[in-house]
Amino acid sequence: MDEKLLEIRNLAVEYHTDEAVVYAVNNVNLTVKKGETIGLVGETGAGKTTIARSILRILPPPTARIVSGEILFNSTDLLKLSEKEMQKVRGNKIAMIFQDPMTALNPIETVGFQIAEAIQRHNKITHFEAEKRACDMLEMVGIPMERYSEYPHQFSGGMKQRVVIAMALSCNPELLLADEPTTALDVTIQAQVLDMMESLKKRLGTSVVLITHDLGVVADTCDSVAVVYAGEIVERGTVEHIFDFAAHPYTLGLFGSLPQLDSKERRLKPIKGMMPDPTNLPPGCRFYERCPEAIKECAEAPPPDVEVAPGHTVKCIRVKGDAA
Amino acid sequence: MVRFIIKRLLMLIPVMLGISLVVLILIDVTPGDPARMMIGAQATQEQVEALREELGLNDPLPIRYGRFIWQLLHGDLGTSLMTKRPVATEMWERFPYTLTLVVLGTTLSVILGIPIGIYAAVHQRTWKDNTAIFLSLISVSMPSFWFALLLIRFFGVYLGWLPISGVDDWKGWVLPSGAMALGLTALIARQMRSDMLEVLRQDYITTARAKGLTEGRVVYRHALKNAMIPVIMVIGGIFGVMLGGSLITEVIYSIPGLGQYIMTGLYNRDYPVIQSGVLIVSALFAVIILIVDVIFALVDPRIRSQYTRKEKRKAGRQLAKETKTVETS
Repeated sequence: MDEKLLEIRNLAVEYHTDEAVVYAVNNVNLTVKKGETIGLVGETGAGKTTIARSILRILPPPTARIVSGEILFNSTDLLKLSEKEMQKVRGNKIAMIFQDPMTALNPIETVGFQIAEAIQRHNKITHFEAEKRACDMLEMVGIPMERYSEYPHQFSGGMKQRVVIAMALSCNPELLLADEPTTALDVTIQAQVLDMMESLKKRLGTSVVLITHDLGVVADTCDSVAVVYAGEIVERGTVEHIFDFAAHPYTLGLFGSLPQLDSKERRLKPIKGMMPDPTNLPPGCRFYERCPEAIKECAEAPPPDVEVAPGHTVKCIRVKGDAA
Repeated sequence: MVRFIIKRLLMLIPVMLGISLVVLILIDVTPGDPARMMIGAQATQEQVEALREELGLNDPLPIRYGRFIWQLLHGDLGTSLMTKRPVATEMWERFPYTLTLVVLGTTLSVILGIPIGIYAAVHQRTWKDNTAIFLSLISVSMPSFWFALLLIRFFGVYLGWLPISGVDDWKGWVLPSGAMALGLTALIARQMRSDMLEVLRQDYITTARAKGLTEGRVVYRHALKNAMIPVIMVIGGIFGVMLGGSLITEVIYSIPGLGQYIMTGLYNRDYPVIQSGVLIVSALFAVIILIVDVIFALVDPRIRSQYTRKEKRKAGRQLAKETKTVETS
């Protein structure tokens, strides 16, 4: 369990557009152990998807640039691999589930073909065997294999997402990147998909990076959490620890914004303000302007990572005093 | 699918009737007199009037229209006033020339345009892409008759490799097809590039990349097939328009094709030639659009499913129902 599968060190990603440079991910450090499920939580635009896509190196080509950092996967730096070697990792060792199942499948190929294609790419087997395994995968995610030769438009959203999951798991990847796999689905299907991912994960022993902004999902499925804000990981630790002893004001704000069933309050408590413009990030703490507990020093220098408990780090200068 | 084709062919009938009526009205309001053209400027007004009566030109419009349709129903496209030969025969003789020219020109532009478009899209925002866009912009903007004359000047006159006009052997076809292909190549390349860029941005392309497929397979299998759909539309449109409108190329290289035929008909106010010519060309156009639609359906299962017969759809529903029971159980 303690073996490191993936280690991201000082990752920085920028998007270069004609007008400006978007600093999407800045100095992110993240470790995923074997068999672990880690949740990446944060608001839209925080850089969660960019982190996941950097791991697979499938950022949108002309504008995105990985500026620095290392992504060690089983101790090899993925960023140093050639494109050809990287192709052998994609879909084979590391697979990804995308946010919107409606658009994630090629509309003019059969779903079976799209699964079999991935299998045949990474295994030395005949076309027929690949087809057979694709059928098995379909059955595994609860789609009868008679529907092998149907097209994506003939499936519902939930079923499409299951096809995407079948595709991602078809080569028994060691790491699964799930980018908001349930956001586009309605609540009942969400639960189905999550349950299925959970049981498949147990059966195949896959590590999962689960990107979500649903803290309920995190509590349900993850072993540890990393909270992403404005391209940085501001707090990370085990699920239990973070849910009980959240220390970063942003994480506290996230929990605070959840509706409470047992309280009489009728209004939600959102975090005030907006995320800073990623083309023009503040020099100090990124959360300074929205932070209810900000002090003058926060605006001056970026806060350090402070370890408040074993494995639980917080990017905030205020917590230092608490720990001392 | 067969049903769909038949339905579309039946729909052609009202379209053709409409076109022929519009053409007849246009002819009616256009100044000029075929009778005068036939017998020349020396003839007296009485002679012209007699000829008009004989040709039935003085009849009211509905009667002329009725007569034209009646002939058409008997498979008769009329007889040219000038040559006194059946229009159908004359068009049939000229059709192979136009068809050859259009097929050669379009094929050439497809063979060149599609790879150029893909190449530019894949190398988006690099000098390769910029060069391709720049060249295609020039090619689209260059008047085709001027380019045709340049080709004649260079290959025909200066180098003397190819004949400057006439299509007696394969050599004669080179310059006309080239002249025709230039603008079309650019058009197809630009269309291909923009569609390809559009498709390459799609999520399913990222999915394909995330599967570990090679870039070649991502582009040529997943992206190209999707991006081809609008391009096929453009190619079909070009092909159809060119069948009736390859006029400039035909005139410059003196190819006895349909465009020239209808043009001569227009000069001479040769009413049957104009009427039937326009009718046939538009029918061809409509058939080509139909073929394009069929190709669409073959490429895109979403369109295909709209055409499949009801029984099949019912079977599909049954299957879905069974699936549901399996799911819930």
